[in-house]
Amino acid sequence: MRMLQVGRWLTAIGLVLLAGVYVRALSYTPVEQTQGLAQKIFYLHVPAAIWAETAMILVGLASVFYLFTKDPRLDRFAAASAEVGTIFCVIVLTTGPIWGKPIWGTWWTWDARLTFTLFLFLLYVGYLLLRGAVPDPAMRARYAAVLGICGMCEVPFIHLSVYMFPTLHPMPIVLQPGRPKLPGSMLTTWLLSLGVFTLLYVGFVVQRYALSYLREQLEAAGEVGHA
Amino acid sequence: MTFTFAAILAMNRAFQLELENQALDGLLLAPIERSSIYLGKLIANLVFVTGVELIGVPLLALFFNVRVLPYLGPLLALIALATIGFVAVGTLFSAMTTRTRFAELLLPVLLLPFMIPPLSWAVLATGRLLAGRPLSEIVGWLNMLAVYDIVFVTLAVFLFPATVNE
Repeated sequence: MRMLQVGRWLTAIGLVLLAGVYVRALSYTPVEQTQGLAQKIFYLHVPAAIWAETAMILVGLASVFYLFTKDPRLDRFAAASAEVGTIFCVIVLTTGPIWGKPIWGTWWTWDARLTFTLFLFLLYVGYLLLRGAVPDPAMRARYAAVLGICGMCEVPFIHLSVYMFPTLHPMPIVLQPGRPKLPGSMLTTWLLSLGVFTLLYVGFVVQRYALSYLREQLEAAGEVGHA
Repeated sequence: MTFTFAAILAMNRAFQLELENQALDGLLLAPIERSSIYLGKLIANLVFVTGVELIGVPLLALFFNVRVLPYLGPLLALIALATIGFVAVGTLFSAMTTRTRFAELLLPVLLLPFMIPPLSWAVLATGRLLAGRPLSEIVGWLNMLAVYDIVFVTLAVFLFPATVNE
């Protein structure tokens, strides 16, 4: 199927570019003064975090439109986006501790931001579990849509609560009101990385979408075969 | 003190899980709006949870020797707002999970990410309140809880029909 091919190519290009971004990050971007080399993980961590949250919002938007139109394509997209979001959440939750160990001296702390990222991850897991627990496709799509919309509304609360708790986590330095507080070369590397992650997200989602479409076709064919 | 409040609210939820299991199909046959079924269930759950809290909070205050009375108003507001928040989402989700394969297991899993944020705001605010800090310090949390409640109750009213339509 062509879509699957497109998805594979996008992902492959994304992965190559990701390696490229890291070459740039490691050799051509200045080392941060206080954190040293540990700061390099920022180019991986923050874009993944942005896409982990964005993916949930996209799941929610697709769910809203699904409930109105009952278009199975939207449901497929929501499922694909949720799976990819889970992966990005895992990236955030693994790169975070790798950075935290040298900088904070601990892998994990029950800090507001860390805890809420964990909840975002649990939200995704719950979403995927719910999809697995409902056998009927139409019902599964509706239930998943309800949860997806609730999840989307949860994201701003999770995001905002960071500002209300005393937190160890560095405050946002790129996505903030006013100018980004980042030297130009670092900002360029970061923006490149964000672009690459966007590409990876699209590539993964397209692949997942194509696969679930093929699976549905297969199931339909199987049912015809049995009957 | 703050943790005990978290515990009491969490315990309430455990009760609430058992509360909500049957009789949905019968209700759906009744000639009323779907959303009013949801509101009815929400109110019933709230009454139940409030009942547990009415017993629990005075007992806690007694055993831990906390001076609750000077802060009674804000404290009640906090507890009420936090309770509404997670009961609203819980009622919506339980309508879905009761019809899935592992219903009892799935509800806590789905509810956890929606329950902890309001609870943690409430717990932090309660801690400040009982430590005698000025009321202005917790206004932010009260607002946040109120917004959370409004968002999720509204959302649940609109989404509930989608969970029960055949």
